[in-house]
Amino acid sequence: MGSTFSVQMLNLAQRSVVRTLRQPAVVVSSLLFPLMFWGINSNGLDAASRIPGFPADSYLDFSFAFPLIQAALFGAVTAGADLARDIETGFLDRLSLTPMRPAALLAGMLMGVVALGLIQGVVFLAVGLLFGVQIQAGFGGMLLIVLFMMLVALGFGSLGAILALRTGSTEAVESSFPLFFVAIFLSSINLPRDLIQADWFRVIATLNPVSYLVEGIRSLIITGWDGQALAVGFGCALGLILVTLAGAAASMRTRMASS
Amino acid sequence: MSAGTNAQERGPYGGFFSVAGAVAWRQIYKYFTNPAFLSPALFPLFFFVAFAGGLTRVGSVPGFDYAPGYTAFQFVWSLLQAVALGGAFTGFSIAGDFESGFANRLMLAASDRRGILLGYVIASVARATATGALVTVVALLTGMPMSGGVDLFGLIGLAVLVNMAATLFGAGIAMMLRTQQAGPIIRTPIFLVLFLAPVFVPLELLSGWIETVAALNPFTIILTSARGFLAGEPVGVLPAYAVGAGLVVALTLWALFGLRYAERSS
Repeated sequence: MGSTFSVQMLNLAQRSVVRTLRQPAVVVSSLLFPLMFWGINSNGLDAASRIPGFPADSYLDFSFAFPLIQAALFGAVTAGADLARDIETGFLDRLSLTPMRPAALLAGMLMGVVALGLIQGVVFLAVGLLFGVQIQAGFGGMLLIVLFMMLVALGFGSLGAILALRTGSTEAVESSFPLFFVAIFLSSINLPRDLIQADWFRVIATLNPVSYLVEGIRSLIITGWDGQALAVGFGCALGLILVTLAGAAASMRTRMASS
Repeated sequence: MSAGTNAQERGPYGGFFSVAGAVAWRQIYKYFTNPAFLSPALFPLFFFVAFAGGLTRVGSVPGFDYAPGYTAFQFVWSLLQAVALGGAFTGFSIAGDFESGFANRLMLAASDRRGILLGYVIASVARATATGALVTVVALLTGMPMSGGVDLFGLIGLAVLVNMAATLFGAGIAMMLRTQQAGPIIRTPIFLVLFLAPVFVPLELLSGWIETVAALNPFTIILTSARGFLAGEPVGVLPAYAVGAGLVVALTLWALFGLRYAERSS
């Protein structure tokens, strides 16, 4: 039983990865846009590193968490849109007539998201190092960044799956992109929370879990091994995964029951 | 009375302006009867809130000497972004009109097809007025000071030129491709031009490649001058208006080229 599930899951994961890789526009945009925004932001805001109390010598290092988190977001929307397309085209309905377990589809799709997160993490790290980003936590920190990115991709990917399963519409999933974008920008992505002057913004950033994901990754880059930031960051990532995965599984059950 | 006699009575430009008026009226009616007409303001509003709220401390960086403060500094960029995106969205509307077949029928009926372009531009300016006003109201509600006085008309003039230039750019692409899939091709260059300017700090505080690119970006001249108008200390007015007018002229030729291309392809 277990091995059957694994085989189903691996087959669907392979399908998910191959389908993503066969859409060059998706792969390129998920790599290019975060890097482009990072390039513009890190240079445009370089003067911010002169603010008294700024925690890094270079804004380039400080802002390196931005493309990593944004890429995970892109992956979530892509995965959600793919799943919604499966619903729109009737693939999910046909699947329900086979012995294939719905959980395998969900797990397979999410494995595809995690694989994309792995590729993005490695590519971004390579580009970052090439442009002079210094990872204070060293090689071990880099490995942890890639792992962290895969976890964040899994969390956001599950969120994309919930949207896809609830709406069954590619357009609805695609149009959720600005909401993810808002969640990223209303966090401590551009400045540390203690340097955010507007009280209302600091409160939102403090309540926004994305701040802790960003700060977890950032600590490895600009501080080194900061146990507290890592514990909070990983805790947030795991919490996000638990909540969104449970939501995605429930949504899948509802969807299969109605198909 | 024949159509030829009507055209003679209208004079050489009668057809041009009547077509422009009809297209503009239709577009304006379409915009203002659909709440989505404010959608070009959403991204600028979001960026305004995110940047003006989250980056206020950047205004205290040594060398940052914009008197009205960081919120006003970001407002000008957000306003110009709103009107530029208004132009881009008009491009999407034109592409949609081609997809639905309306634009082809319009081209068959129009006595002077150049009037179609003017009509879309007029409608776009009307829409940008509404979206620009929305961004301004939100900025004022968040406590942005308005110290420009009569100079604010200079800022409005630049915003109109930016909107016209973006509309003409979008119209050219939309008429050449005639599909709503042209959306990213219209939107992406406009976003790049907007972001490759001194968005977060003045040009003097930029460094590295972004400083070089921003210095070469014609939008930087407009943005810097627009910020001067809001501060009540106009700077580089003539170059800014010259760049704005130059862009409008060049992109009018581009849009006319798109119109001719659409005529040949229809």
